[in-house]
Amino acid sequence: MRIGLFITCLTDSLFPDTGKAVVTVLERLGHQVDFPAGQSCCGQMHFNTGYRREAVPMARGFAGAFADYEAIVSPSASCAAMVREYHQVLAAGDPGLEREVAAIAPRVHDLSVFLTGVLKITDVGAYFPHRVTYHPTCHSLRMLRVGDAPLRLLRAVRGLDLAALPGAETCCGFGGTFSVKNSDVSAAMCADKVAAIRQTGAEVVCAADNSCLMHIGGALTRQRTGVAAMHLAEILARTEDGS
Amino acid sequence: MTAAGARRGRPAAGGQGPHGSMPTYLGMPAFPEAARAALADSQLRRNLAHATHTIREKRARAVAELDDWERLRQAAKAIKDHTLAHLGTYLLRLEENVTRAGGHVHWARDAAEANAVVARLARGAGADTVVKVKSMATQETGLNEALAAAGVTAIETDLAELIVQLGHDLPSHILVPAIHRNRAEIREIFRREMPDAPAGLTDDPPRLTAAARTHLRQAFLSAKAGISGANFAIADTGSLVVVESEGNGRMCVTLPETLISVVGVEKVLPSWRDLEVFLALLPRSSTAERMNPYTSVWTGVTPGDGPREFHLVLVDNGRTDTLADPVGRQALRCIRCSACLNVCPVYERAGGHAYGSPYPGPIGAILSPQLRGIADPVDASLPFASSLCGACYEVCPVAINIPEVLVHLRARVADGKRKKIISSERAVFQASGWVLRSPWRLRAAQRAGAAGRRLAGRSGRIRRLPPPLSGWTDTRDAPAPPPESFRAWWARTRGGASRGRGNGQDGGS
Repeated sequence: MRIGLFITCLTDSLFPDTGKAVVTVLERLGHQVDFPAGQSCCGQMHFNTGYRREAVPMARGFAGAFADYEAIVSPSASCAAMVREYHQVLAAGDPGLEREVAAIAPRVHDLSVFLTGVLKITDVGAYFPHRVTYHPTCHSLRMLRVGDAPLRLLRAVRGLDLAALPGAETCCGFGGTFSVKNSDVSAAMCADKVAAIRQTGAEVVCAADNSCLMHIGGALTRQRTGVAAMHLAEILARTEDGS
Repeated sequence: MTAAGARRGRPAAGGQGPHGSMPTYLGMPAFPEAARAALADSQLRRNLAHATHTIREKRARAVAELDDWERLRQAAKAIKDHTLAHLGTYLLRLEENVTRAGGHVHWARDAAEANAVVARLARGAGADTVVKVKSMATQETGLNEALAAAGVTAIETDLAELIVQLGHDLPSHILVPAIHRNRAEIREIFRREMPDAPAGLTDDPPRLTAAARTHLRQAFLSAKAGISGANFAIADTGSLVVVESEGNGRMCVTLPETLISVVGVEKVLPSWRDLEVFLALLPRSSTAERMNPYTSVWTGVTPGDGPREFHLVLVDNGRTDTLADPVGRQALRCIRCSACLNVCPVYERAGGHAYGSPYPGPIGAILSPQLRGIADPVDASLPFASSLCGACYEVCPVAINIPEVLVHLRARVADGKRKKIISSERAVFQASGWVLRSPWRLRAAQRAGAAGRRLAGRSGRIRRLPPPLSGWTDTRDAPAPPPESFRAWWARTRGGASRGRGNGQDGGS
């Protein structure tokens, strides 16, 4: 299977370790991963803030970069949902692009669904001897509908002590530009999420999206909680020999 | 009175926008500022968090009892969409059948026309006082203020609406207008504003209710006119339906000699068969009940029983404009259950007043900017008053994709900014769009960012950024750019071998 890694601009620019972890996990499972260098940004921030015209070339660029891949895997449920749900809106009126999007969108997967749903694997051979709580991000839950795929992967990690997060399905308050345009409400939502995380006694909060983790993690370090925010892929990449 | 309540006066009638009109919530700031003030009110936050969490859990249990909930929801959506697509046909059928049953139908283009019709009818009925069933349509038109200006006193008879009225306050929730009040505050309002409040009134809910009951009894028996909205209007029979919990509605629609119902044009349903679907969905979604205590249905007038005169005022007030928008029109499916408010994490923290309209929460954020237009800064801020978490869409009994409409309306606001000569936001998004659509420019930006690691110091976290990003760093650290982006790492370690069209070329400009 030709797997193309859709890194997303945020993870590419700010969280390269997550991308390396996705590559590590997929290669450990015997798959070859390719990184199409023609990719840049899916356009979600522009689309969600109302700047559709600016997002159209990004949808076009995505279609060009990933046209040849059988599976397109992303460490961001939110960006994967953007491609699957909304690139067709951006393509409207351009029949060529509409066709390309229709062909590509169903092949775009978030890492957890790709592992559990496409590859049918829950045990990826990971070892992570820490207490971890999992925050299901809104777009993974309600747009991409990943269900309990990330939890099944975490339960199969050796040594991992999974703590249930109270009010897990409540939004953390990130919301893209919402976190800046409505920073007070966003911060209040984040404060409640951080309080719930601390209640679990977890050393690590894990999610399938670096955007929400950047928001939650930013509050965790500001408050000097000692709790780390880690992407699911980075936990799945850890093994007993310390790789 | 809470700080949030004290800041706001009564709504003033008027405020004619390019679309419909609603009472201007005088002096209201845009959503972010209003929400900031509400967040600082710890009493308000406690009241709201307690109330919304309670009803949220009850609703989930009530809905879980039905194994065909999703099918009901899709049926409701289909019925509403069909009706809205043939709205003219069904409204004329409704008019014909209401008239045949002895009622009178009036058409109002906007709030001012609706209010003028009601004021004229009330005065014609010789009423100096009218009793009102809780009604969103008359909140929307600012009827009470218009009636006061015409010398008619309107008395709200729904308990929560009465608390809001006596408190010189504004409603903050569709179903529970006084959700921002706790019982101690309600006791104070009654003691201060209710002349016949019993001495030694405590904040025991049954005692508060009994005081309101006594207070309202005389009004029910003496008012010459009653005013209602309607949850549904049945075209085939000309019947109006009001769904309520307290029985005050039943009193208002049966005791006075004249009944005036003010109803948005989107409330029409084709037939009785359609009503069944909505009577299953509405109570479970709004009060988390299998069935609400009182469902009143009337068809015109019946000699010797109930009002002698019945008037139906059908209100447009921006609905036709909303219907013209293929994406936005789904907001007209709304049955005002308020399930979306109760699950919304933004509403829970900002409270209803921050939305600057009688329609708060997620539905208000898509309804007000459509009914009123986006000329006002409050309305232009509403589509952004959401983290797009999608909890509202999940619970909506008529499957309104609220996040989809929010994003659609954001584009309308952003397009407005394109027309301005100077817009710093537009400049930022155009420039970032130019960078992000090209892998080359993105890589250059990543290199420049890596050079800016100094900002972060040894901690690797950035603690302060300039405005508008300071809103982030006030409470959250920002990550420092890594020394090497992922794509740079890939190129260095994997030799940049990759396929795909455009392969590193400009992604289109």
